[in-house]
Amino acid sequence: MENGKKIFVNGSFLIVESIARAGADTFVGYPITPSNYLYLYSSKRLPLTFHAPDEITTLQWMSGLSAAGRLPITATSFPGFALMVESINMAFMMELPMVIILAQRLGPSTGTATCGASGDLLLVRGMISGGYPVPTFAISDFKDCWEIPEIAINTAVNLRTPVIILTSKEITMTNRSFEISSLKEIKKVERKFYSSDETYIPYKPEKNLVPEFLPLSSNKHQIRINASTHDQKGILQHSTKEALENSARLYKKIVSNIKDFTLYEYDEDGNENLLISFDVSSVVCKEAMKDLRNEKKKVSLLVAKTLVPVPDVYYEIISKYKKIFVVEENLNGQLCEMLFGNNIPDNVIKINSIGKMISIDKIKEEVRKNG
Amino acid sequence: MDKKFLNSNKLPFCAGCGHHLIAQNTEKALEKLNIDPLDVILVSDIGCHGIIDKFANSHTVHGLHGRSVALAAGISLGLKNKNKKVIVFIGDGGATIGMQHILEASRLDIDLTILIHNNMLYGMTGGQASGLTPKGFVTTTTPDKSKTRNYDICQIALAAKASFVARVVVKPDFSNIIADAIKNDGFSLVEAIELCPSYAVKMNKGMKISEILKEIGEEEFVKKNENYRWEFYTNSTENLFDKVKILEKKYEHKLEKTFCIQLSGSAGEGVQTAGEAFCYASILSGLSVNHRGSYPVTVGVGFSTTEIIISPEQDCTYNVNSPDIIIITSLDGLNVNIEKLKSFKGILYLDNSLETPQTEAKIIRYDFRKFGAKNSAVFSLFYILKEKEIYPIDALIDGLELANLKDKVDLEKFKQDLNI
Repeated sequence: MENGKKIFVNGSFLIVESIARAGADTFVGYPITPSNYLYLYSSKRLPLTFHAPDEITTLQWMSGLSAAGRLPITATSFPGFALMVESINMAFMMELPMVIILAQRLGPSTGTATCGASGDLLLVRGMISGGYPVPTFAISDFKDCWEIPEIAINTAVNLRTPVIILTSKEITMTNRSFEISSLKEIKKVERKFYSSDETYIPYKPEKNLVPEFLPLSSNKHQIRINASTHDQKGILQHSTKEALENSARLYKKIVSNIKDFTLYEYDEDGNENLLISFDVSSVVCKEAMKDLRNEKKKVSLLVAKTLVPVPDVYYEIISKYKKIFVVEENLNGQLCEMLFGNNIPDNVIKINSIGKMISIDKIKEEVRKNG
Repeated sequence: MDKKFLNSNKLPFCAGCGHHLIAQNTEKALEKLNIDPLDVILVSDIGCHGIIDKFANSHTVHGLHGRSVALAAGISLGLKNKNKKVIVFIGDGGATIGMQHILEASRLDIDLTILIHNNMLYGMTGGQASGLTPKGFVTTTTPDKSKTRNYDICQIALAAKASFVARVVVKPDFSNIIADAIKNDGFSLVEAIELCPSYAVKMNKGMKISEILKEIGEEEFVKKNENYRWEFYTNSTENLFDKVKILEKKYEHKLEKTFCIQLSGSAGEGVQTAGEAFCYASILSGLSVNHRGSYPVTVGVGFSTTEIIISPEQDCTYNVNSPDIIIITSLDGLNVNIEKLKSFKGILYLDNSLETPQTEAKIIRYDFRKFGAKNSAVFSLFYILKEKEIYPIDALIDGLELANLKDKVDLEKFKQDLNI
């Protein structure tokens, strides 16, 4: 499209077009605000759409579809995500590629469906029994709506794993004017299936600790997929050495490959004040940083886009600064807790809000007061 | 056919358990149908029956408790090779916890066969009562006999429009029924009734399945219904960008810095669409736009707020500290802003019908509702545009067209009233 031609769309629109181009071929959905536009656009754009009767079924159907060789996605919000958690554990254990878009809204419980929030990070971080990390990205702006889905799809396929994309009502339901000539090309993910004549071992670690994948339709090789503790063949075991090593591999597989899916934005100015944020609060941080720099304040910004596992580079950046401000739209600072634990260092200041986006002024005040 | 379905004659079940016979009859049925094990995807649930997958030469998938039918449905829906047969082994406990999945697979007549190993209790976890435990049955959690009746899972599946349903008491050969179930090109449910030797037989001495069935009014049967065919939902476009309006700059604006308008009124009075029209007009005038809606969960009742940020910069901000102006066209719109207005220092445009709220804002009043509730939101934006002269009125008229509003508002009356 030529320069100067604009469209007026919401973030859901961009996410769906991008993820479809990246290779997602099936949407399984159950409606829930604020993820409904993702469902709506997916039903128009993805090659197949299935209307599930609930979110447990959604994740189970997705797992079946994935095992059969499709590349399914869904979109939900906390109440639906909560129902999915056991099945996400299953898909993680079975090593089935898929993407789950979690459009966050104000909690606890059903909270306020039409009010944004960034309150599900610690849930996502801790949802796998045993503390295993599911690769998780956060969308901070419209550019991310376009670029993160491709990386999420690639991570899901290359690491044989479910992947989470965190976003919120402020992105999925907010419309913006957008010049689409600036959008980068999205490449369709390349899927390689096991092709050797030798016996297929479904959970034998290959390159990067990831087993090769073969859809259930094979006529040549027996395929075993298992949600319980299992050996490399996919056979249930109580706690044999091989089976425990296989479970431990699931952790190592994600952590050791994090360089392939580390995404962040870092705008550096001096080594005094660092704003750290994720989700839509990041765009507010950018506005505040602009104003503060006009006041000759030295302020840098780290927008965390890969959230689980936490990339080491975040700590390298953080270590350079005297004051750290962690800005997030939740009550107690979930990203802050993930980065620093419960006993946060004296030079770390939390800036939080619930029920509305954090204001530019609030960030500026905190930096002026403490920076 | 190179291999048998089972790779061993020694299955991992207790002596006397009906699970042996279900697995062996499944093998016989597959042999009768000449189906190669690699054309079978066996999905097992949690329960004693679930240990079978190690002993199968088919593809095996071992999932969660109660979810095997949904997992199998996903596999069946996703298979490109329709010659594959998806078979589910599930117990009465799994059928209870996962009943929704049985209903859904029945309703959609998804091509798979489920074999419910109904021993009327949870065998693996210690012999507790399930939803399929009949009244009068002794289990470890109903030691004085079950006081509640059981689900009739077959009738439930039939009510959900399953195309093949059978109830059978486990016996040496019932492979014909399983073969018919597998042959059915749709959803098949076989309820195979057995007694758990570790719990049921010991706790219900001398009880016979035939007596239980008689007592609860159930019997063995096979029912074949017509298959249900439906088409998958496929995409209507290869590119979402083909479906949206392309906007090119047509008008000049006079805006020097970012400006935010908040318009609050009542749901059903076109607040969001009016905001959308204003956004289109702004884009046609070369501005960048951020448009956020806010409303209660019930879309058609209560307040409706639209926040429009417009900017001469290339990339509009996502958020401002406070709107420059707030327009309120109804009591719902006023009530939702009472707190905010107390410290609001911009300009408040208030409908004549509303009481003056506590505010630090400068108040300008007008009769925004004079052309009726449905016109109030759009009319208020015409009023603002006339006053602020951000860009030509014609841009907003184009905006109305783009938002499919042009024929729904009294444009001529607006023009007359505002001397446009």
